[in-house]
Order: sequence, then C-alpha cells, then structure tokens
Amino acid sequence: MSQPATAKSSEETLQGGAATPEVQIFDPRHFHQQAHDALGNPQIRGNFRKAMDGLMQKRRDAFVEWDLETLRQLGANVRSRALAKLPDLLEQLERNCQANGIQVHWAEDGDEACRLIRELCESRGAKRLIKGKSMVSEEMHLNAHLEEAGIEALEADLGEYLVQMAKETPSHIIMPAIHKNTSEISELMHDKTGIERTLDADTLTAAAREQLRQRFMTADVGLSGVNFAVAETGTLCLVENEGNGRLTTTVPPVHIAVTGIEKVVEHLQDVAPLYALLTRSATGQAVTTYFNMISGPRKAEEHDGPREVHLVLVDNGRSRIYQDDELLDTLRCIRCGACMNHCPVYTRVGGHAYGTTYPGPIGKILMPHLLGLDATRDLPSASSLCGACGEVCPVKIPIPDLLVRLRKEAVGEGRGNVPGAGVKRSVKEVTAWKSWQWLATHPVFWRLGTGMAGRFRALSPGHLPPWTDYRVAPRPASKTLHAMMRERRRTEKNS
Amino acid sequence: MTPVKLYPAKPEKVYLFGTCLIDLFYPEAGMDVVLLLEREGIEVIFPDDQTCCGQPAYTSGYHDEARRVAAAQLDLFAEPWPIIVPSGSCGGMMRTHYPQLFMNSERQEQAEAVASRIFELTEFLVHVCHVRLADRGEPQRIAMHTSCSARREMGLAETGPKLLQQLSNVTLVEQVRSAECCGFGGTFAVRHPEISAAMVADKGVAIEAAEAEHFVTSDCGCLMNIDGHLQHEKRALRGEHIASYLWRRTA
Repeated sequence: MSQPATAKSSEETLQGGAATPEVQIFDPRHFHQQAHDALGNPQIRGNFRKAMDGLMQKRRDAFVEWDLETLRQLGANVRSRALAKLPDLLEQLERNCQANGIQVHWAEDGDEACRLIRELCESRGAKRLIKGKSMVSEEMHLNAHLEEAGIEALEADLGEYLVQMAKETPSHIIMPAIHKNTSEISELMHDKTGIERTLDADTLTAAAREQLRQRFMTADVGLSGVNFAVAETGTLCLVENEGNGRLTTTVPPVHIAVTGIEKVVEHLQDVAPLYALLTRSATGQAVTTYFNMISGPRKAEEHDGPREVHLVLVDNGRSRIYQDDELLDTLRCIRCGACMNHCPVYTRVGGHAYGTTYPGPIGKILMPHLLGLDATRDLPSASSLCGACGEVCPVKIPIPDLLVRLRKEAVGEGRGNVPGAGVKRSVKEVTAWKSWQWLATHPVFWRLGTGMAGRFRALSPGHLPPWTDYRVAPRPASKTLHAMMRERRRTEKNS
Repeated sequence: MTPVKLYPAKPEKVYLFGTCLIDLFYPEAGMDVVLLLEREGIEVIFPDDQTCCGQPAYTSGYHDEARRVAAAQLDLFAEPWPIIVPSGSCGGMMRTHYPQLFMNSERQEQAEAVASRIFELTEFLVHVCHVRLADRGEPQRIAMHTSCSARREMGLAETGPKLLQQLSNVTLVEQVRSAECCGFGGTFAVRHPEISAAMVADKGVAIEAAEAEHFVTSDCGCLMNIDGHLQHEKRALRGEHIASYLWRRTA
C-alpha cells in the first residue's frame, strides 16, 4: 500500500514539486487500513470536506422553494411501483425498445455483460470505444476487459477521463475525480498530456475538451449508461452536463447503452419527478445542461445519429436483492450521490477507502450483495447510524435500517438472503451479547453489577482502548440511578 | 419523516426510563429529570427492574438478544402513563424499533402501545408540559449538540434549543455543521475508532469555535464521547446533560 502523499500547497505543485503518486489498488477487505491512510492525509481530508460542504449547501439551496417531503414521497412511490412491476416492465421495455429499433441484450452478471459488449465490438471490427459515464461499466470492470481484447475504451466524462488518466477508480459516483483538487488535476494533465500547468479550471476543462473532441469523431462505438429506461415508450434517458453523453450516443456509428435492470420506470411522466430530484440532490442543479432521450438508431430520412443502438440489461446480483421485500428498497436508488455528500464517514475517509465501485452509504448497502459479506465485512458497521443519508435520499431508501439489516445478516441472525450471511458471527461476540442479555433480563443481578461498578469505581479501568486512545474512560458514578431512586423512595416513606 | 404526533394533556404520573448510561455514569442527570418533572406537578414512577433498552445489541445485528432484553422492558409499563426517556437514542429505539422488533409476534400490540407512549424528555417538557423556565443563572454562552437519533429518528431538532432559549441569561450559539454526528454511534466508536475519533475531534473544535463556554446534549452517549474527548485533549470546555443544566439554572 502506498504511503499517503503529503499535502502540497498549490504553489509548490505548480512549480512541479509533485510526483504522480503510484497507483494504489483499493480493496474493501482493507477498509480499516485505507480509512486510516485517508484520515492521515490532509489533502484528501481537505478536498472531500470542501467539496461535500459545497454540495450540501447547493442541495439545500436547490430545494428551498419545493415541498421536498412530498416530492421525495413521489419519487419513492414511482420507484417502488416500478420495482413492484419489474419483471413485466422489463419485458415491456424490451418490446418497446425493439419496436424502436434498439437491440436488447440480457446479461446475468458483469462478466456476461463484458463478453456481450466485447463481442458486439469485435463482430463490427471496432477497436476504439468512447464512453460516457457509466457506473455499471465500472461495476463490471468493462475497461479492463475490453483492453485485454485489444479494444481501447476511453472515458469521455471529464472526471472519468482524469481518473482513467491517473489509472485510478472513481471516488464518487457523480464526481469521479472529486478527490483531486485543481492543482492536482493540473499536475496530472501536465504529466500525461503535456499541457501547461494552470489553476484555471476553465482552461483545464477546455484542454480536456479539445483532447477528447477528435476521439469522438474517430470512435467506432459509443458506450453510455442509462439513468431511466422508460418501459411504455422504450426510451433511454441520459442525464449529463458535459455533452459527452450526447456525443457518445450520437456520433459513433454504434451506441451501446448498459444499465442495471432496476433502472426501468413505468411511464414517461415518471421521469419528471425523478429528474427533478436527481439533479437537485446530486449537484443542486435545477436542470442539467443535457438531458438525452434516446429512442432508437438513425432513421432512413435522418442524416446523423448511430446506425445501431444496443441496450445491455445487467442483473449482476440485483435479482437476488429483489427477492427480499426489505432489501428490495436498495434498488430504488437513482444514483444521485446525496447520501455520500452528507455522510460524515464518507466526508472523512473519501471514496477510495471503501474499495468498492459504489462508495459511501449506498455502497455499504449495495456492495455486500455484489461482493458478499465476507469481502465487505467492515462496511455495514462503518456507520454511526446518524441517519443523514436516509434523511436526504430522494427516493427515501431507509439506508440506516438496511445497514442494521446487513449487520444482522453478517452475524447470522437475518434471513440468510445475502451472500456470506453469518460470516461475522464469532463465539467471542455471541458470548458477550448473550452475557449482556442475561444480565439485562435479570434486574437483580443488573443492579448488583452496576452497584458494584460504582462501589469499586476507583478500580474502574482508565485504559480502555480504543475508546481511551481519544477520550477519557467513562467512570461509573458512586451510586447508580437505581440506588438513588431507591433511597428517595425510602426517605419519602419515612417522612 | 416522523409523522405528526398529537400530544396528550399533561398527565398526573409518568414513568421514567432512565437509560443504562445515565444509570451507571450520569445518575445525577437522571435525578434532575425527576426534579424537572416533579416541578411540573407530575409524579415520576421509576420501575426498579428496568435495565437497558437493547439498542447496543440491536444496532450490532444481534436482534434475538436485543428482543429478549426489550421484552423485559415492555413488561415494566403496565399503566397507560407516558414513558419519559432522557435520550433520543434510547427513545428512538423504543419508539421506532420496538414495533419493528416485535412485528408479527405475540408482543406486537404491547410493543406498539409502549412505543406510542414514549416521549423524549425535551419533547415532553416542550410539547406536553409546556414548561416555562425562569433563569436564575449568570450570563453564559452555550452550545447544544442534539443527538442524531433525537434529530432524525424522533424528529426533535427543535425541542432542546427551545428550552435553552427560554433561559434569559443564556445565549445559545450554533456551532458549524451542528447537525453532523459527533461520531459516537454506540459500538461504531469501538469498531471504527479512528473514524469516530476524527468525527468527535471536529465536533469539539466546532463547539469551541462557536465560543461556547459550556455545551449540553440530550443524550449521554454523545456527552460521554464529546466531553470525554475534550477532557482527553485537556480542553477547558465541558458539557452536561440538558436536564442537569436546566435544573441547575432554574432551581
């Protein structure tokens, strides 16, 4: 594991003081170490705190004039209704997409989806693929798969472009390069593309735009994600700000859209509340610069647009989540990232520490299904259950309750519906909780025990790591509340 | 969102569920709760067999164990009186999670009945007692840390500050990111000590930066965490449970 890079002031960096940090592979099994590294890295801490503070404020401002609770309830209802009818809606979506000339493919897992996409590329002799932002493609490690087959996959979303350039992974689902500040980005682009160093974000953006523009023109295939797939019309909606989504889906001769099966909505009108919630929750925008509605390939009389449009519907564990009426709520997610923006844990450790495609609260409730509770054993517990995520979720996913549910699954007291259920059950912990349970259901012994703790408080341990590494040890009071109340009752009786 | 709660008229008697942290570490705060309620003309019944609400096991995923402990508490409140809990976290457990724990069990009805009678202390003082506080203390700048459970699970972000604002000599200051968690989270502080420590360190700095001379919380978990951290860092700022502060300034 690489050492945390020391923070450099922008001046130092601009003079070329920073070296590109070596590439670090993050893994959910090393959450503690990765969190430790991030907490000790002032650059990471500062970048995330600043960015998250800004995003929280923007979201607050964006909803000022709205009846947010009503809108959230509407969003939750729309998503719940879609999920309730999911199997039917998926078939309807397939029919209507096909009627629009969109070719529909189904993939059981990420590997199958990768293979499907690779074969689509290979059968068309495609060597260059350009990508709009797609978290599902990250989830299935599509780029690595394609590159192995000799197909170049270039990220065209600015944040993704930077992250790919740095050979990293996204640290946020909406803002993939949010862990980098302007001077780090300047240094990276200088290193990799040879541009002049600058702290002017517009100049950097313009440089990236120029670098990417030609690549759109020469790409054989454009690959995008999907925000909402409308069953009744067979329309794929794509929300974006940079125009890279528009270019990806219109310039190359082939467009492949890839998405999780849960992204389907029933009616076109269902998109309106979800879109209103998505942009405001994510970036505080009333509307994004681009909202693409893709309803098929180029028609005979049209002069532009892709000649083929494909939709790859990926399950990858979602059907299993779907089987459990409580865990099902996880699939309501519209990937706005508000839960991470408001998470006190995410804000402090950043996105990479989680070691998962989706970080933060949504990652903690989703990734155990994809990777199993063994690999993600430290994620569901990495929450104080403060509830900030659930409070801001635009589709009212009860994230804290689902975290508790996954903890229950991890210690083997759940329904066993999550891979790796019971993996955290240990004799030591079970014994501790059983002892606690016995004491707390035998009040005489409880009073005896707590009373003793008070009587011998001088002997109470002052060193109780890890608590006392950062706080003084709590010391039992000389008399418990039980004892005080008993005394009081005695006094009252005697008087 | 917490549904709108219709508050009852002020009762003659209430139960006090003291919470295990108060019982063991902050019993004076528990006594101050009794004094505050008695001053409102309410008799306080403290069932002697109460232990713990069961939350530590519940949030750790040990629901069978939590359920047994919770069941023992359910039996303590036979009369239809309100149950006062001087903690948003235990209050949230009993109001929100008891019905979930006992759903589809023979205790479901009992759990729902108890849940409907749970009141967090500041909520009860504001909305049921309509308490009027006469401040007898010196001028002081004070910060309040409302626990996440009180704020989000019980929907009680306002009741603590409302009580403090009644104290004429007290200036209630607001720390930055006042709604952010202090990092306690029960077993979270032990399972993820470094993250928890980073959170409580920020909370301490924020309260100090607001130039508070003192701080109060309505949850002893947060208190143990924030105050314990400030003591560990040898800072002068101290905190206490809101019940103790209110009683001390108005007695």
